[in-house]
Amino acid sequence: MLTRFILMGLDKKAGVLLAILAALAVAVPVMALATPPDSVWHLSTHTVALMGKYLCFALLALALDLVWGYVGILSLGHAAFFALGGYAMGMYLMRQIGPRGVYGNPILPDFMVFLNWKELPWYWHGFDQFWFAAVMVVLVPGLLAFAFGWFAFRSRVTGVYLSIITQALTFALLLAFFRNDMGFGGNNGLTDFKEILGYDIQAPATRVGLFVATVIALAIGYVLASGVVASKLGKVLVAVRDAESRVRFLGYETERYKLFAWTLSACMAGVAGALYVPQVGIINPSEFSPASSIEAVIWVAVGGRGTLAGAVLGAVLVNFGKSYFTAALPELWLFALGGLFVLVTLFLPKGILGLAAQLRQRLPSRGAVAAKPAGQKGV
Amino acid sequence: MHRALCWLLAAFLALTAPAIVIGDAFAADLPPLVRALGVGGYADTEKALAKLAETGDPAAVPVIEALQAGDLHVRKADGAVVVAKRSGNGYALTDPLTGAALGEADRNAVEKIKINNALRRSISAALGALTLMSPNAGVRWQAAEAVFKSRDANALEALDAALAKETDEGVKRAMTQARASVLLASGGSDEDRIAAIEVLKARGDQDALALLNGALNASANGSEAVKAAAQKAVSAVEQRLALWGAAQNLWYGLSLGSVLLLAAIGLAVTFGVMGVINMAHGEMVMIGAYATFLVQEAFRTWAPGLFDFSILVALPVAFLASGAVGVAIERSVIRWLYGRPLETLLATWGLSLALQQAVRSLFGPTNREVGAPSWMSGAFELGGLTITYGRLWIVVFAFLVFAALLVALRKTWFGLSIRAVTQNRNMASAMGIRTARVDALTFGLGSGIAGLAGVALSQIDNVSPNLGQGYIIDSFMVVVFGGVGNLWGTLVGALALGSVNKFLEPYAGAVLGKILVLIFIILFIQRRPRGLFALKGRAVEA
Repeated sequence: MLTRFILMGLDKKAGVLLAILAALAVAVPVMALATPPDSVWHLSTHTVALMGKYLCFALLALALDLVWGYVGILSLGHAAFFALGGYAMGMYLMRQIGPRGVYGNPILPDFMVFLNWKELPWYWHGFDQFWFAAVMVVLVPGLLAFAFGWFAFRSRVTGVYLSIITQALTFALLLAFFRNDMGFGGNNGLTDFKEILGYDIQAPATRVGLFVATVIALAIGYVLASGVVASKLGKVLVAVRDAESRVRFLGYETERYKLFAWTLSACMAGVAGALYVPQVGIINPSEFSPASSIEAVIWVAVGGRGTLAGAVLGAVLVNFGKSYFTAALPELWLFALGGLFVLVTLFLPKGILGLAAQLRQRLPSRGAVAAKPAGQKGV
Repeated sequence: MHRALCWLLAAFLALTAPAIVIGDAFAADLPPLVRALGVGGYADTEKALAKLAETGDPAAVPVIEALQAGDLHVRKADGAVVVAKRSGNGYALTDPLTGAALGEADRNAVEKIKINNALRRSISAALGALTLMSPNAGVRWQAAEAVFKSRDANALEALDAALAKETDEGVKRAMTQARASVLLASGGSDEDRIAAIEVLKARGDQDALALLNGALNASANGSEAVKAAAQKAVSAVEQRLALWGAAQNLWYGLSLGSVLLLAAIGLAVTFGVMGVINMAHGEMVMIGAYATFLVQEAFRTWAPGLFDFSILVALPVAFLASGAVGVAIERSVIRWLYGRPLETLLATWGLSLALQQAVRSLFGPTNREVGAPSWMSGAFELGGLTITYGRLWIVVFAFLVFAALLVALRKTWFGLSIRAVTQNRNMASAMGIRTARVDALTFGLGSGIAGLAGVALSQIDNVSPNLGQGYIIDSFMVVVFGGVGNLWGTLVGALALGSVNKFLEPYAGAVLGKILVLIFIILFIQRRPRGLFALKGRAVEA
């Protein structure tokens, strides 16, 4: 049954994406570790970490596409789940530092010693175990999303209102994590990590390992998401997106379907955050900022909303563009990003992946498109 | 601390200014009396002092103060009385009445006018009498306040004498309070102390509380009656201060609420009336603030004398600048996205990023200096409240803008068109209203109001490219909380959120207070998904 569920979601698009991911999982370790540093084929540790970062964003975009593309929930707070997963992983990495910190305290992280705290807060216990942290990475964002969605969907908060309160959620978390008394390092966040699972976090082999882990997580996430979307459950989700009241009148409890997709999506975002933190080496409250959540939305929009593969493509492309622009033309990056938002919403409503279909549809029946009523409502 | 310094300075000015101004007019009969101070022994000095005090001339005050400080000397050569201060090996001499420099003198050329304890008391009494009896009510009031603070028992006699003659109500009260403070500090009969406690209770400020607490501690071993009276007075004053504290919080809440109202009211038009999610709303506020900056620069360059009017000129300029940008945005982007609120949200977010970067490229990333006109600086006291003029004007301005918008929507042809298009686009169009134009102008109106908010916010916030970002989430919260499509809801929402924020702050701290407000709104939306004042009927689903 599980195989059926997995195979059901795999179409040609998925095959291409999974093949690319498999190729990356083999090629990157070879190029980074087995080639001499002066070879053209050599990948530096920096490049590997950068690619790993893009793929973490791709997993976040995938999670967002699941709820926005298929259930019609535009979350402006997905970065909050991403950052919570990141903080859970960061707490594990902090505990691994042990007595190698600046103050040499075997139990307390440096910032707590600095704030003159005497013992570990209760919520930091258990994070010295990797398995515990790994469970929390999924559980904390999942529980928050479940509680939030439980209230929001039952009260039938939809559309723009839902978007605005997800933004309020991430903004509240941003403010909360900036406070020193919260015990998450305040402004500076968690950083100075030394090792993960006993391996030196700076070593090239560890970086490659983390990259491969990210590729595998993205592949699993993709298979899971496409399985959900192709299943009967997925059909109901799409129906909820297109006409929620009608689905409700047909006897479905739409809240439950939405809650499932929403929580699953938050868990995926949490995993993405957890993989992101060891590769960039820091997690701080700015990850919670509403701007980063909205940026994630544009990755999905660029790639193609409701296509899954498009979200992955969009995240990688936009972030590659960001890396290029911020290095080469830092003045222009915000113009480019802002322009992207406007152009994609105006001219590419289905994103890059939808472009081909858009053109195909448009060419034979130009007149039909123009005759569409102008005041038509939709989401 | 600052206030204390201000008082000292004011007292100093008040004491010296009349001395300098009218000193010459009375100089004719004063100099012989001053000269008499230096003749004979203690008893003679005391007599001369009494005569000097009898004149009631404020010009004599610095002379007596110099005597008290031990600076008054007799020049042996001619018997003149001078103020002598150490300067190098000798003394620098000045005239005690006019303050004019009289050159240097050798140590042996002058002789100090010595004072003993009896004389010291007379000096205090004379000083008190001179200032407390001054013809100027302000000087008398300050003298009474000075006694209130110093609690100098020597001043009691002069105080009683002055109190008997006093006619001004305010000064009389200050003198009574000063007398009470002295009595409480120096100890007297129980009746005196209880009466004094009552007087201080009526005064009821922080100083009175400190005195009363001191009296309470001192009366620990004293009579029960005094203790009970002090106890009662302390709790009464504390209650009064708590009440004023609450009033102050209410004012802060109103002030913050009016800022929120200003920021949100433009959004109430674009989001509430038109249903357009304008994430670039904060940037319209920012453009208004930069317009203010440019207008002020122009005034600084060409008409620095008229700087106080720059804000008034900035208002229409900011309205037009932000409004024009708004119309341009509506015509170029938003009109293609009507009916697709989530896409509008993304597109306007993109515009906000581009606008921020454009302003950053033009004006630089640092804060720009926007000055306050003189009529907006300073503060005044109202009971136990301190109110700054800047904040007061912003509150007034916010309500004026609100009222103007309400009138514009209800009473003008343009407002009628807006409402018609909102309620039924096709019907309005059939009636001959150019709906596309109304859309553009409505969006321009909302943006222009945001520009007006920018003028006000430039007075209390840093004018930087990020100015708008700080307000966008708050504005959306206000509009959603108040109920979309309802201006009154926006007003109530802004004031309610502002007050709740300020009342939470003392208990929870600024950041936690804000977090609590956000959580409250998230929960509130669950209960009432359409806000405080939801539109009812078919308009809701349209």
